[in-house]
Amino acid sequence: MRFHFKTSYDQDIRLFPDGWTFSLYAALLVLMLVMPWLISDFYLGEMTNVLIWAVAGLGLMLLTGQTGQVSLGHSAFMALGCYLCVNFIEMGLPFLAAFLLAGVVTGIIGGIIAIPALRLHGVYLAIFTLALAILADDMIVILEPWTGGVNGYFAPEIWIFGVEVNRWVNPSAWYYLALGTSIFVALLYRNLLRSPLGRAFAAVRDSEISAQAMGVDVARTKTLAFGLSCAFAGLGGALMGLFAGAFNNETFNFLIAIQLLMMIIIGGLGFIHGAFLGAIVIAFLPQFLSILTDQMGSSSIPGLEVGVFGMILIAFILFEPMGLYGRWLKIRTWLELFPFARRDMFRRQKTYLKTERLR
Amino acid sequence: MSLLTLENVTLKFGGVTAVNNLSMSVNEGEVFALVGPNGAGKSTVFNMISRFYTPVRGSITFDGQDLLKLRPHEVPKLGIARTFQNIELFERATVLQNLLVGRHRHRKTTLVEELFFAGRARAEERAHRHAVEEVIDFLDLQPYRDKMIAGLPYGVRKVVELARALATKPRLLLLDEPASGLSVEETQDMRWWIDDIRRQMGITVLMVEHDMGLVGKVCDRVLALADGAELAHGTPAEVQSHPAVIEAYLGTAAISKTANAKGERV
Repeated sequence: MRFHFKTSYDQDIRLFPDGWTFSLYAALLVLMLVMPWLISDFYLGEMTNVLIWAVAGLGLMLLTGQTGQVSLGHSAFMALGCYLCVNFIEMGLPFLAAFLLAGVVTGIIGGIIAIPALRLHGVYLAIFTLALAILADDMIVILEPWTGGVNGYFAPEIWIFGVEVNRWVNPSAWYYLALGTSIFVALLYRNLLRSPLGRAFAAVRDSEISAQAMGVDVARTKTLAFGLSCAFAGLGGALMGLFAGAFNNETFNFLIAIQLLMMIIIGGLGFIHGAFLGAIVIAFLPQFLSILTDQMGSSSIPGLEVGVFGMILIAFILFEPMGLYGRWLKIRTWLELFPFARRDMFRRQKTYLKTERLR
Repeated sequence: MSLLTLENVTLKFGGVTAVNNLSMSVNEGEVFALVGPNGAGKSTVFNMISRFYTPVRGSITFDGQDLLKLRPHEVPKLGIARTFQNIELFERATVLQNLLVGRHRHRKTTLVEELFFAGRARAEERAHRHAVEEVIDFLDLQPYRDKMIAGLPYGVRKVVELARALATKPRLLLLDEPASGLSVEETQDMRWWIDDIRRQMGITVLMVEHDMGLVGKVCDRVLALADGAELAHGTPAEVQSHPAVIEAYLGTAAISKTANAKGERV
């Protein structure tokens, strides 16, 4: 059991609460950096995929986990980010500039779309965003000059400071690109959490009415959350499309958005770690299942993957709504407090009285 | 001098008149209480001041500014903070984070500064935390600083709500039933705190409260409401003995009884 004796405000403001936590994350970073020497190119590609999903997942996490607004349409913004990035490259921008600009522009467009969307609540917002995802599919086909329509696009060559980032020639470069992006996005996310805007997000999630009474502009805060969320999703989408090598309207269909939502629920809503844990499940489960079916001697079973995903999601919602990271928190608390942990420590109190909803 | 003024305010929900031609003014530095039976419109008055409701007639001014021109989130920026009758805290956050949301009206950092935690962000964050610690100190919340709201007992939540309102550094504090559901000791604490809020911090307090014991001890003036209209106003003692107030609470028979009782004593 460790006790924090706090002597300065910076101890709460810093990224890592103490030296021990810092060294744990430093060790993780070193492990991630030497990963290309530890595992084969195939698994390195899978790791890259995990990190790409995590970037997009952090985007949705900011909106759904942090601000409490559900979106089933993030595949649309992933597609937008991807096509913007490719078009910026074609216009002659260097990759990194095109990539970051694509994120920013996706965020701005997302924020504009959010202004009417966020007047809706709960299930209506979910339907609206789902409609966006389906609309995006058609838009990609219609906007053929920029998107290549149903024939799609072949990802252009990527050069960063004279190094070619190619999945087949140079897989570790791709891995480092995805790793760098995911760390960058996680850092931005973490910075938000320790500043007023991040707390305003949580305030809007937990009680809009008292957020307003504290001077939080609810409409503006939601719009910002949606915009930032779309920006991160756009970065994730750009990486996903480019990593796939070729992409068309099918690459970013609405099932991607639903998978993204499942991912953050399985990982743990509202936690940065949750996006990464969920991404590991989403990216490795198909591999795991195909290895399993191979072992059992049968060829691939259609629909198995989707079925297993569904079962896992239902199991998590029923038995562990806090997701994988929530489960880890519980185990860790139990160990730290042993033998004083109580079973109901994480149980939410039921409140029967609610201030009348004023709308 | 009058800090908050309501003039001929009327609010209707469909055919129901929730507040009927109400006028009142709260002076700077005083503790003012609204009392009345359930459904009298006390919380509705609060919700109009917070701009969640818009009256059909009348005006509400705070320090010379027309409150009716503002949107709900702009009201706290003038220095009006409030608590809620059925505690409205941010459940999935710690006490400290809840209080820090209270500092939102003092936010100076921009989105980009916060994303990269650059520029003023760190210094601002320290200042917010310093301000919040003063409130934690004042209300003895140290043991709960890093606890999640979801696991806290009712009495503590009530204090956290008060703390969050104080963290905004208001000029006017609206307390919606600060003592409801509190034990005798907790109500005592609340009494000293309200006294200190007025004396040490110089904050004007407007509160809704049913506990007449508390009202009698901390309030300078009381306004009694029934069916959205004013019954009586004056010092706590005056209002408590006002025949219209006794009638609203206990019925007409009670008046003759109290009159009889008084007569016997004489």
